[in-house]
Amino acid sequence: MSGAPENSWTVKVREKAVEALPPEKLLPDGQPTYVASWIYVFGVASIASLVVIITSGSILALKGPAWWHYTGIGHFFNSIHMWSVELFFFVMVVHLWGKYWMSAWRGGRTRVWITGAITFLVAVPTALTGYVSQQNFDAQWISTQAKDGLNSVGVGAFFNVTNFGQMYSFHVLLLPIAVVVLVSAHVLLVRRHGVVPPIELHARLAIVPGSEAPAPAATAVGADS
Amino acid sequence: MIHAGLGVVMGAVFDLNHPAHVVHWHFIKLPLANVIVIGLMLVVFAIVIALPFPGAARRAAARRGAGAS
Repeated sequence: MSGAPENSWTVKVREKAVEALPPEKLLPDGQPTYVASWIYVFGVASIASLVVIITSGSILALKGPAWWHYTGIGHFFNSIHMWSVELFFFVMVVHLWGKYWMSAWRGGRTRVWITGAITFLVAVPTALTGYVSQQNFDAQWISTQAKDGLNSVGVGAFFNVTNFGQMYSFHVLLLPIAVVVLVSAHVLLVRRHGVVPPIELHARLAIVPGSEAPAPAATAVGADS
Repeated sequence: MIHAGLGVVMGAVFDLNHPAHVVHWHFIKLPLANVIVIGLMLVVFAIVIALPFPGAARRAAARRGAGAS
């Protein structure tokens, strides 16, 4: 068997990927002890909510509006979808507040912060397009209210909230893909740079801005401890 | 019939058959439901900062012990 040539793009991509995110960083054994705090739970709570949103939304998309409006089980999944969105925004805002007040962009984590902030911004139209895709009077009311706001900033011709087909496409395909890609990038960047340490620990370790965080192994406890 | 009765009971808990309550203070105008959710987020944020995580003290003690030895 002949080895791949050194200039193969697959080899280069693999080497870059492993260099950026070696397996022990991608799937670590444990986390630093400072992660044992309730405020650190809200990031993964956001991901858990997103999983429920996508699962319930996929079921709604498969069954269609008549099912979600006129059957008991359809109402149930409609409610699961709506309340998981409420929960998603609730825990995501608490996560954002927590990270803001601990200056989570420290130690070369600018891209972690930016991907998180953009995820929040993209999640807003994802929810809006869902509200206007319900196919009921609520959707009509929200879309006619939103169109005036969107027209006033000049985007109404490209993003028409009274166009059900366009809104539904945005809601079930384009925007969810954007959210999932952004969340994936966000999580991978957290793995790469490590969870941001408390400010006092950061100062004690004299970590200069732009440098890497201490390896989790230096302070970690096992996941099962 | 049971289903309809349940609907009446749930409807009695949250009477939505009226215009939304709105909190209006100077230029700030928010539906009461949104104000309640924002308040709940602030309460939860305060609680998660103050509430100790289960096992956190034990882990910190174990780390200090490992560092001393």
